[in-house]
Amino acid sequence: MSLFENFKKGLWRENAVFRLLLGLCPTLAVTTSAENGIGMGLATTFVLVGSNIVVSLMRQVIPSKVRIPAFIVIIASFVTVVQLCMEAYFYDLYKALGIFIPLIVVNCVILGRAEAFASKNSLLPSMADGLGMGTGFTLALFVLGAVRELFGSGTLLGYAVFGAAYQPLILMILPPGAFIAMGLLLACMNFIDNRRS
Amino acid sequence: MNGLPRLVLALTLITVGAGLLLSQVESMTRAPIAEQRRLETLRALQTVLPDFDNSPDADTVELAFGTDKKGRELKRTFFRGRQGAEISGVAFSVVAPDGYSGNINMMVGVDAGGTVVGLEILTHAETPGLGDKITHDEFKGQFKGKTLEGSDWRVKKDGGDFDQITGATISPRAVVKAVHQGLQFYREHQQDVLTAERLSQ
Repeated sequence: MSLFENFKKGLWRENAVFRLLLGLCPTLAVTTSAENGIGMGLATTFVLVGSNIVVSLMRQVIPSKVRIPAFIVIIASFVTVVQLCMEAYFYDLYKALGIFIPLIVVNCVILGRAEAFASKNSLLPSMADGLGMGTGFTLALFVLGAVRELFGSGTLLGYAVFGAAYQPLILMILPPGAFIAMGLLLACMNFIDNRRS
Repeated sequence: MNGLPRLVLALTLITVGAGLLLSQVESMTRAPIAEQRRLETLRALQTVLPDFDNSPDADTVELAFGTDKKGRELKRTFFRGRQGAEISGVAFSVVAPDGYSGNINMMVGVDAGGTVVGLEILTHAETPGLGDKITHDEFKGQFKGKTLEGSDWRVKKDGGDFDQITGATISPRAVVKAVHQGLQFYREHQQDVLTAERLSQ
């Protein structure tokens, strides 16, 4: 598979959220607005690319019996780095994402890619895989966040879309709205896929 | 080298490496993070205090106000805003422990006469779209100009003077109650706050 193929598969065909249904806990929890979705997606992408690079470089050195704890230590270190840097340089975003950043550690997309891809492939494909999976994850969170923000608050990225007369559908911002929006988006994707084949 | 020693060695090296990296990043970001927190306090002080020309975050008084469950002394910090030598207003933080989810941390500012100048919500975890409207100006604004005696410190649903939020009464009720208690505490200790010597810097 070419590098581009490795990148591309994360966007649609093996999209972490909409196809593999991985990492749903942060997905459903933070997507109350499009901005939160982008922030969480970018932070996850950074961790994903970083951990894929390190795991791929060290795949010969890490004994397979202790690979899971080793991966988790590597991932947790990257998450802490992201958290500290975000608090120091992007304080507003840090306040918005708050408790969800430490949760990136247990996002199974990241451990999943380390285990399923980076531990078996060399550096460049692993980077492409991490970048693609991360981009797909970010897009998915953005779309989900945008849909929920649009109907739940009547805004998109903070700008009013529907005007003052719109009565926000608060349900969409609450946890059930996350599941409903997710289900409808999944149905849309399946519909498109069925039409294409 | 095979078997157990190899596993132990590999994991040890990985964790040591991770530890080194983290200590480097921590020491790099320590100063910017402290600065961000200071700026945040200062931003809140600017919105809740009347005009001042000193640095209120360096002109503080700490008073004990009871003990927590473990018997440790709890302190409340008062930030004093001045114009020249005169104290123009005092700000202090209050905590509402009975919000819908978790503590609501707020900063309240009063002028020299004890009238509320502003309220700022620092951190909260209220429901997005419902309880988090306590951070909107329409809600925070109604505290401006209120005094301890001049108002009934309850939400309208309970017979008081403060608008609740449709669909979320618990959050506004907690905020109103906490601000009320904060004002009462300030009233009781007003002289201490106004006359106390500046804490050593």
